[in-house]
Amino acid sequence: MLIKKADDIRSSEITPKDLYLNRRKFLAGAAVAGAAAVTGIGVKELLTPSSLYAGEKIQGLQKSSFSTDEKYTPYQYVTHYNNYYEFSTEKEEPADMAKNFRTRPWTVTIDGAVKKKQKLDIDQILKFAAPEERVYRHRCVEGWSIVVPWIGFSLNELIKRAEPLGKAKFVEFTTIYDVSQMPGQRRQVLQWPYVEGLRMDEAMHPLALLCFGMYGEVLPNQNGAPLRLVIPWKYGFKSIKGIVKVHFTESQPMTTWNLANPPDFGFYSNVNPNVETYHSQATERRLGEFNKRPTLMFNGYDQVAGLYSGMDLKKYY
Amino acid sequence: MIRWIKVVLFLTCLVPLTWLLWKFFGATPRDMTTWGIGLGANPIEAITHETGDWTLRFLLITLAITPLRKLLQVPSLIKFRRMLGLFAFFYGCLHFTTYLWLDKFFNWHEMWADIAKRKFITIGFLAFILLIPLAITSTSGWIRRLGGKRWQALHRLIYASAIAGVIHYIWLVKADIRKPLIYGGILAILLGYRAIVWLRAKIKIKTTAPVTVTSRIQRRRLDSV
Repeated sequence: MLIKKADDIRSSEITPKDLYLNRRKFLAGAAVAGAAAVTGIGVKELLTPSSLYAGEKIQGLQKSSFSTDEKYTPYQYVTHYNNYYEFSTEKEEPADMAKNFRTRPWTVTIDGAVKKKQKLDIDQILKFAAPEERVYRHRCVEGWSIVVPWIGFSLNELIKRAEPLGKAKFVEFTTIYDVSQMPGQRRQVLQWPYVEGLRMDEAMHPLALLCFGMYGEVLPNQNGAPLRLVIPWKYGFKSIKGIVKVHFTESQPMTTWNLANPPDFGFYSNVNPNVETYHSQATERRLGEFNKRPTLMFNGYDQVAGLYSGMDLKKYY
Repeated sequence: MIRWIKVVLFLTCLVPLTWLLWKFFGATPRDMTTWGIGLGANPIEAITHETGDWTLRFLLITLAITPLRKLLQVPSLIKFRRMLGLFAFFYGCLHFTTYLWLDKFFNWHEMWADIAKRKFITIGFLAFILLIPLAITSTSGWIRRLGGKRWQALHRLIYASAIAGVIHYIWLVKADIRKPLIYGGILAILLGYRAIVWLRAKIKIKTTAPVTVTSRIQRRRLDSV
């Protein structure tokens, strides 16, 4: 018997991706134009950079000498295998659950031990430096890894502008807390909002990336839009997503996973094949590969080793 | 009739494995670039989790037979218990093999180090090991050789295996223990039922004449594993 599949949507009815993105941009543009009419600021100024929504191309990308020449992990994997517990503890679910997440308007509060306490609009931040494409290895503490062409610029570009005081020894980052948009926050599987932190010298290291895009496009929501960190020499959970607050402090921040499970999630959490957590960290599986590969110290980013000279990394893991 | 039900049940028990293979190979393109994509970005992790889940599910189904026989008054359900228990062992074998092959690549030294060091693997391994004597002695020949009483005493190891299996799941999850707690809850009900039956019988024994007691215990034991 021949079973014919019902054609529920004819292909001609499916809106091409760029058209549908344009429509959203048009709506956003209309809102901005309205605001411009009231405030008297030029529409053009408000609309640059034009990249507002996931999937839009980011223009004028600079190449980076930090990039690895390893093969990119397929986009489909990187966007459908996400540890983003604010949405769900199932990795394949954030892709769908985050699709209506609002990334504009978005402000980032800078406070604590800095000269310039301020609230920055996300589109102001994006203009701090030219966007670079950095192809980094990314290693999760769960034992898998990916290679991603991230887009952003060094985190220190933001920090410098805040002018931290001498007593600022650590930077603490906070993810947005919005139960109406992030259903995972309704359950206390972790302490919300999500908090991560770096020591000041770690945060100032040029490898530490303030990220807003990947694969040539604006960051998809499930990957941490509109603003996240990418700290390639540390396990993935240190690379906090959906940042709304950057707080400078004298003491080591109480970070979310460290609070939840101190023996397995250290504050530093540098990739280290010699330190075992709840399972061996000696090897990893690159998504898409069958065999496992050996894990490298600092995930292969030896240039950060100097940050930890004289420290017992088995104790401060 | 029972024979045919057994055939249908056997094929049904193979559905999870068929589904896994279907998902794994069905969406794999010819050039193999995204092999196993039907199971997501990390198909090996998905296979590990699925086979582990089904081991626990079959253990719980097997443990549900005794209460269901009594509550539904369908004593003939006992005829399917051996097959269900063996399927628990079958999926347990697949789960263990996935670990040994795709995680450890048959590096026995590493495997033993893992078992010794990591408590969630220690207890998972224990849960699996406990099922081996049960699978071996599942034949009618072994029941005869051991004698009903001893055989049943031995097969109570399934309680320990199921408890160890649930603990294995709880310990391996990092934050969200909702799912392992569901398994734990069902297991608690199934074992709780047995505890109540046992306690009730104990109270009765105290108040009944000793002569009838032995035969009662024997009858009950044969029923209640």
